[in-house]
Amino acid sequence: MTPADQLTTGRPRPEVALTVQNLRVGFGAPSAEDAVRGVSFEVRAGECLAIVGESGSGKSVTARSILGLAGAGARVRADELTLAGESVLGLTEPAWRRRRGRDVGLVLQDALASLDPLRPIHREIGDSLRLHTRLDATERSRRVLEVLDAVGLPDPHLYAGRRSGELSGGQRQRALIAAALVLDPPLLVADEPTTALDVTVQAQVLTLLQRVRSEGTAIVLISHDLAVVSRIADRIVVMHDGRIVETGTTAEVLGNGRHSETRRMLAAVPVDKPRGARLAPATETRPAGPALVADRPAVPADPRNRATPAVPLVAPAAPPATPGAGLALEAVGLSKTFRGPHGTIHQAVDNVSFRLQRGSTLGIVGESGSGKTTTARLALALTAADAGEVRLLNEPWSTLPERDRRARRPLMGAVYQDVLASFDPRLNVREILQQAVTGPASAGRARGRRSSAARRGEAARVGSLLDEVGLASGLLERRPADLSGGQRQRVGIARALASRPQVLICDEPVSALDVSVQAQVLDLLDELQRELSLSLLFISHDLGVIQHVSDEVAVMHDGRIVETGTAAEVFTAPAHPYTRALLAAVPRLI
Amino acid sequence: MADQLTRARLGGLGRRLAGAVFVLWAVATVTFFAVRMIPGDPAEAILGGPGSQTSPEALAAVRAEYGLDQPLLLQYLHQLGRLATGDLGQSYALNMDVGPLVVSQLGGTLVLALLSLTVAWLIALLLATWSTGRGRLARQIGSGLEIVAAALPHFWLATTLIVVFSIWWGVLPPISTADARGLVLPVVTLAIPLAGFLGQVMRESLTAALESPFVLSARARGESERGVLWRHALRHAALPAIGLSGWAFGSLISGAVVVETIFARPGLGRTLLNAVTVRDVPVVIGVVMIVALVYILMTVLTDLASRLADPRPTTSGTGAGA
Repeated sequence: MTPADQLTTGRPRPEVALTVQNLRVGFGAPSAEDAVRGVSFEVRAGECLAIVGESGSGKSVTARSILGLAGAGARVRADELTLAGESVLGLTEPAWRRRRGRDVGLVLQDALASLDPLRPIHREIGDSLRLHTRLDATERSRRVLEVLDAVGLPDPHLYAGRRSGELSGGQRQRALIAAALVLDPPLLVADEPTTALDVTVQAQVLTLLQRVRSEGTAIVLISHDLAVVSRIADRIVVMHDGRIVETGTTAEVLGNGRHSETRRMLAAVPVDKPRGARLAPATETRPAGPALVADRPAVPADPRNRATPAVPLVAPAAPPATPGAGLALEAVGLSKTFRGPHGTIHQAVDNVSFRLQRGSTLGIVGESGSGKTTTARLALALTAADAGEVRLLNEPWSTLPERDRRARRPLMGAVYQDVLASFDPRLNVREILQQAVTGPASAGRARGRRSSAARRGEAARVGSLLDEVGLASGLLERRPADLSGGQRQRVGIARALASRPQVLICDEPVSALDVSVQAQVLDLLDELQRELSLSLLFISHDLGVIQHVSDEVAVMHDGRIVETGTAAEVFTAPAHPYTRALLAAVPRLI
Repeated sequence: MADQLTRARLGGLGRRLAGAVFVLWAVATVTFFAVRMIPGDPAEAILGGPGSQTSPEALAAVRAEYGLDQPLLLQYLHQLGRLATGDLGQSYALNMDVGPLVVSQLGGTLVLALLSLTVAWLIALLLATWSTGRGRLARQIGSGLEIVAAALPHFWLATTLIVVFSIWWGVLPPISTADARGLVLPVVTLAIPLAGFLGQVMRESLTAALESPFVLSARARGESERGVLWRHALRHAALPAIGLSGWAFGSLISGAVVVETIFARPGLGRTLLNAVTVRDVPVVIGVVMIVALVYILMTVLTDLASRLADPRPTTSGTGAGA
């Protein structure tokens, strides 16, 4: 067998895989507004229909309703819902179970969690066969190996016995797709199948889905990222607020999207957008403080020559530095090894050097395991390097004892990807920011001891931080868990800014966000950088984001920096083969 | 690589053994000094307790015989030396070797504890599976029952059960008998509070497992609710409860002290209580050492069971990259 083997079994396929007419899905009280409000579309055999929209647009609920999995409390109504030529409206649960897996397969985001981490993948994949066929164990395992081979998992015999945690990101996503395809269903529903994957893996998975489609399987692809879907979708449906606001062929929607929501999503894709260009409408970046951003030119003529705002929001701790006036952060020969569970040694960071110019952005890009996060921790001096040194504002930093470093810690702020995990879940936004303003040392002290003037000052500072990151003051009493992803990341940024830092270390700050929310946060960081003369060390696996935000770029691979240069140099004339491979895999709006 | 793995495993085994020896030493030390802090003269206890009239000569002879006239530290070292050779010494009060005495009482307590652990697991599993995925009310009832059960003290539960089942209804014997019927009330007394604890952790992890993407994937394959529970969710739910079972076994043995006394059931618990009452130091230390040994064994067993239920390799604390 070769990976070129057919994925399909030659099972006859209905010409129309799925018809949805006026689908409405509601949750909770009957009077509550529906999450999906009258959605209609049709998918033919061998066609890929992409449903795109932001979180909360109703796209995932639509996808799950196709499998009868909208949830126990969901009220699903439709004029027509036909799957593989048979109406599935009002099916009983046992009848649904006979169809799931056989007539429609589901592929979810994050294969690590979507395959049972305690079971080997051959059992997960074989479950569909056990449930829907009378094949015996030997025949089942033959079909499992066949489908694993067909999805391009090398050495299926070896990998079939592994669990999802023992596979790489690409391998487990292939295994998840294999589990959905093992019965060769006429329809595959893929809900964000490539989100959170590295670009090269993402490209491989998209190629696999393309092959599935070309062999006659219909695909409904759910995504928030127009650039991703443009690679394989034949038609695109744009959803907003539970309704379809635009529908057409991929070329029509991408080239000539008329609805404002479509245009907003197109504008939000950062790849190939010049540095400093807005990705989101100005009113969205700072909904709470429109006056702060109103009178700035949308795109500065030369991004490197940024004007300081006429009225700085906050007096910076140091006089605003002009770019090139010195180094904000410098790393020389950083190395770090970790000891594995069985005495193995892992070189996470290997002789890494970089220079971050004042007021500019250095983007570090690399795939999972390339050592980006370790580099960030070394830069923050939260992890001690085995060799090498980090200098902050031309002064020693990583070589200082922590006691001396603490006084200078306010100069550096950090923004993380999983920002929710970085908040104390018992604190509300006001308490989080207050602690950040007063500093950890005084936060523990009795509140009463601080003078009322000091407390007023703190409250004012918390208020101005909220303004800076464009959050309404009404959110002060909320806990982070009750905020949206974008709001949480803004709180995270506000917290990082509380100490008036000059250097901001951003480790995958937008990776967990929808493209349109990502656009707002990237715009916000860009504005803050100009207003506060911040120097940014921006770490991401997403080349599109890195290209958009960076003045200079360092490409990391296996713990080393394989290429550095200005963003223009690296992205237009990549010198290293690894950089070229990465760039080839970036999804672009075609 | 294989060589490295073997070495790592051997290292793990060595650490575990050293840990066990340390625990046993600490238990022996704490017990020795704690028993000595009880006021009164051990020599009097040997001669029949504080009530008996004993001559100073007799007391002095006993002290010399048992080495009680030596400094405390020397006595302690002496005791450690004997323990190291496996000699638990002679009981003061019962005039027999502690080793055989303790071993003869071990069986009854082990049966009681293991049965209670099994019953507690069954109750917790039933309660957790019944109350999850059935709506808010069921969840609240389940969690309410668990909190109440976990808070019930053994002595209260035992007396209440005796009053209801033995005195009012007369269906079960109030004191332990040789047949299985006599085991019911002691086992239930020990199992109910433990089931409350186990149920709480089980239900929490069961809820998390049922909401996880892999369960959605399984449903999308056409898996039934029962299949989801048995093939996927229950295994995840059991993991923390398995981890808790080593501790649970220890708490069951301490509960046995109360339960064996109330139900007049022979066993380690009652032996320990009697020995403490008459200040029979060697028996106290003997019982405590045996219990510590069993506890260490149980911890190893639960570790193995966890490894079986969750074969994923354990990751070390040092994360690299992202």
